[in-house]
Formats: sequence, structure tokens, C-alpha cells
Amino acid sequence: MLQPVFEYTKGMLPVETNYCPGCTHGISHRLIMEVLEEMDMLGNTIGCGPIGCSVMAHRFMNVDMMECAHGRAPAIASGIRRVHPDKLIFTYQGDGDLASIGTAEFIHAAARGEHITTFFINNAIYGMTGGQMAPTTLIGQKSTTTQTGRTVAQAGAPMRVCELVSTLDGAVYVERVALNSPANINKAKKAVKRAFDVQEKKLGFSMIEFVSTCPTNWGLSPLEAIDFLNEKMLPYYPLGVFRSPEGGQ
Amino acid sequence: MSGKVLMKGNEAFSEAAIRGGCRYYFGYPITPQNEIPEYMSRELPKHDGHFIQAESEIGAIMMAYGAGAAGGRVFITSSSPGIALFQEGISLMCSAQVPTVILTVSRCGPGIGGIQPGQADYFQATRGGGNGDYRVPVFAPSSVQEGVDMVYQAMELSDKLRNPVMIFTDGLLGQMMEPVVMPDFVPVPKSDEIRKGKPWALTGYGKDDSKRNTVTSLRIVPDVLEKYVHGLFEKYEQAEKELCRVETFDIEDADMVIVAFGTVARITKEAISMLKEQGIKVGLIRPISLWPFPYDVFNKISPKTKVVISAELSMGQMIQDVELGIAKRFPVRLINRTGGTIPTSLEIAERAKKIYEEIGG
Repeated sequence: MLQPVFEYTKGMLPVETNYCPGCTHGISHRLIMEVLEEMDMLGNTIGCGPIGCSVMAHRFMNVDMMECAHGRAPAIASGIRRVHPDKLIFTYQGDGDLASIGTAEFIHAAARGEHITTFFINNAIYGMTGGQMAPTTLIGQKSTTTQTGRTVAQAGAPMRVCELVSTLDGAVYVERVALNSPANINKAKKAVKRAFDVQEKKLGFSMIEFVSTCPTNWGLSPLEAIDFLNEKMLPYYPLGVFRSPEGGQ
Repeated sequence: MSGKVLMKGNEAFSEAAIRGGCRYYFGYPITPQNEIPEYMSRELPKHDGHFIQAESEIGAIMMAYGAGAAGGRVFITSSSPGIALFQEGISLMCSAQVPTVILTVSRCGPGIGGIQPGQADYFQATRGGGNGDYRVPVFAPSSVQEGVDMVYQAMELSDKLRNPVMIFTDGLLGQMMEPVVMPDFVPVPKSDEIRKGKPWALTGYGKDDSKRNTVTSLRIVPDVLEKYVHGLFEKYEQAEKELCRVETFDIEDADMVIVAFGTVARITKEAISMLKEQGIKVGLIRPISLWPFPYDVFNKISPKTKVVISAELSMGQMIQDVELGIAKRFPVRLINRTGGTIPTSLEIAERAKKIYEEIGG
């Protein structure tokens, strides 16, 4: 009898997503959901989605989900955590959501050492609103609000979120991964699993940053977008573990 | 019920919330309501409840949104500028139909204003500063006991309506001490029992993903959103019929009627006694629910009444609702203080008498 060698994860609902060709949201969604399925935790998880391109994440991810207002997901997740001490709770947030409008909620959830996991999608631009500058937009990078390229003089330097949050004792597991190659995608999945393990053990706040692409708003083809990620993003946003329960990298 | 105890308003409201089933409180310090987060931080853990001192009022109301969506009973408090920061969350909770009980210990504005009692947040409470079409039932006590009973009942009401409910107090009621009788503790479901009472709540669906729940606010298709908002307003229409509360006396046989709520109603009652001694018959309308506003009660005012006065700690906000209720049948005048000074009963009586004489009474 034939045995299946591959099955689509039950964690993703059988619907079409609204994501553009070459966008990596689909990969990060699926990695998180695969890990939850493997942990047999889909029915014991509550997700908190963002505002942005992934505002519809609750239509794709097969867990109980809350659609949060711009940047508020970590505060909302903190409230949910108090009611359900034994569920897995995660937030899924983009760079504008987490590092701009929701900085206070994110930083303080981490500082409190909330037993939640934040998945941070860094594609260095606002997607849904049409390509405006994000806190993580690179110097020289063009956006609809930095049309000749971001300058330090006008907008300051991009924020490195993993490095920033790693200064807080409540953030016990912080890793930056990239969705640019099969090898790195496998590494990203391991990081997701590790973050949920940290949460299950109630060790503190955990965060995985996914260095991601946005071909549409970068004005690049999907393949060119991978090149941009490799050549421009990774030198500024180095991959690695910034904080772990064992200490350091 | 407890025996009679002497309690400060803010602490009494906190205790009433716990007895009404609140196990989740999220707050941020702001005068004159600081006794509430202090009380909750101390007392909630004794009842297996949870307190978080949030990073801001925005953080606090979002924690309330999360805990409410997860099926918990939530109490959240602030004062005027802090309630301004709550507005985003209030609009969201109305949209997503998530319950919570909000208490404001109102102070003066605009802006940072002052920390003395005020009622200039009447529009903020009854019209809201959040975006979109929504309504929040608002109740205004004029004694600590009435506030206790309102907070306690609002816990159940908010769950039933699946909508925020607001209690509108001011710095005077929050800070004053009065004897109160506390209601009994209501039973609180454990986290794994929540879905029985709240099948919509986010709890994790367990083994059966056909029971998956989502709590959402975005409805991007115009027809879908329009239908949804109409659905919300069917709920609000029903609430308008059921929740209207008002205290009146002597309005069927009055030379003059004064409309006042909360602290000012209390002072007005004494002013009315003074005026009676001077031979002026004065009736009182005390709206207890500010939304829904008791417009119909204005139909009971005697035709011989010369003037209707709105007495408020603002530049005149409730007076707009009074004028809607009066519908041009009587002259309407304002007696007000703002900036934090509370009028004495004598001041209200004298100003009311002056208005009455000017109108030709």
C-alpha cells in the first residue's frame, strides 16, 4: 500500500491566501503551523494577528485567533495569557506593526517576560498600505515616503529589533532567521519550535524575527527580492541567536 | 451581602467588581483613580485573579480586549485623559462584541486639565471618541453605594450584551468615603469551563477544529460590514428599551425642573429643598443611564413649568440631550461650573432662582 510521503499541514486551512507572488508570509505561516501540528497543539493555541498584509492570518491559520489592532497584539496576548495559563499563545506581527505603532506594547510584553511567542516579519517596508517606509527600511532604500531613498538625516537609522529586545531580561529567547533558502527555512522551523518550547516551559518571552521579502513593494521580481535580502538585508540584520535560556549565542 | 462598611469610593467600586466576578484588571496610574489599581493589585491575587500594571492606557485596554475575548470577566478604569486613550479599544470591543466593564473617575479638561472632579467627559462617554458607529451603555451613580451596585450589575450586563459597559463617576465619588453594603460574590468559571458560558470565546478549540473561534473587527466588504453594523444596532435598539434608568421627583407639578446627574444631582437635591422653602416648586430629573438617555421622562413635565435647567460640571454637554428631550416646549438654561470647582447647594439655588425670576416666574 502506498504511504504518503508529504501532506499539507492541518495547521493551514485549505483556502487561498491574499499574498503576492514571492512573498514569504506563506512560508512563515506554514512553518509555525507545522510546528504546532507536530506538537499536537493546534487545538490548544491562540494566535494574535496584526494589521498589515497578514491581517487575514486568522483565515489561514487553523487555530483560535484574534485579529488585533495595529501593534496591540502583545498587550492583547498578555490579557489572553492571564485567562488561559496553559495554552500556547503567539503574536504574528510585521515591522510597522511591531516596531513602530506597537513598540510600547511589544517592548513591555518582553520586559514583563510574558509567556508568549512573537513572530516578527521584517520585510523592511509597509506592505498593505502600499510601500511606505518602515522602522526597518534600510538606508538608501526607496519607499513611497522616502522616494529618493531613506537617509539618516531625514528618518534616522533602521531599528534592529532583536538586538534591542535582547537587552531585556524578560526576553529569554530571541533569534533572527531568514526565509531565503531551503537550509535557512529549515533553521527557521527549528527556531519556531525552540521558541514554543521556551514558552511551554514558562521561561519568559520569546521572539523569532523572520527576515522576509516584499517583491511587490520593493519593485523587484521574487528572485531579485531574494538577492536584495541576501545582499542588503542580511549585512544589516545578521542572523543568529541573540538570547537563549542557556545564555548568549 | 456584607454588613455596612465605610469605604472610599474607588476601593468600594474595586471590591464590587471582584464580587461581580472580575478576575482580570489592567490599569495605568492616573489621578484621581489610583486607589483602584492599588486595590486590585493587592486583592485580586487573593481570589486567583490577575493584575497587570500596563505600559499605558492603550496597553491596558488592549489587555482587557484580549482577556475579554478569551472569556474572562474584566474591569478596567481610568480618568479623563486616560479614557481618551481607551477609545481605540472601546471601538474595537464594540465592533468585535467583546465584553468589559469600564469605570471613569472623571476629572477636568480639556487636555491634561486638572485633577478635580468634572463632568466634561459627558460627550466622551455617551458619544465616544472611537471611530465608527457604536454605542456604550453608560450609568452614572450619585453615591458610592449606587456605584457599587452599578459596577456589580455591569459585570453581568456586559457579558449578556457582549459590549463594553461604562460607569461614569467623578473625582468626588471616587475619593469620598461612605457606608456601603457589599453584594455577594458570584461564582467564576475556571479557564476550561469558559466555553460553556461563552461559546464564542478564544480558548483553544481542543480536538474539534469545526469549533474554531476567531474574534475579528475587519469587515472589508461594504455589504458585509453594513449588514454587521445593522446587526449591532438591533442589539443597541433593544438595549435602549431595556436599560434606560432615571430618578425623578415633583416634575408633574413644578415651577422649574432641574436636570442633573452624579455628584451634581446630589447637591441639586439640597438646592431644591432650599428653593422650596422660598416657595418655588422645583422638580428633579436625574438621568441614571446617560446612554440610553431618558428622553421620554421629559414628556411628564407639567405644562405650567416655566424653565428647565441643566446643571453640570462642564460648559454644557448634557444640556444637548436635555434640549432633545424638551423639544422646544420649555426654555432651557444652564447652571455650570468647570475647571474643578463644585458648586455648593446654595450657589445652585441662587442661580436657579435668578434664572426663574428672569424668565418671569
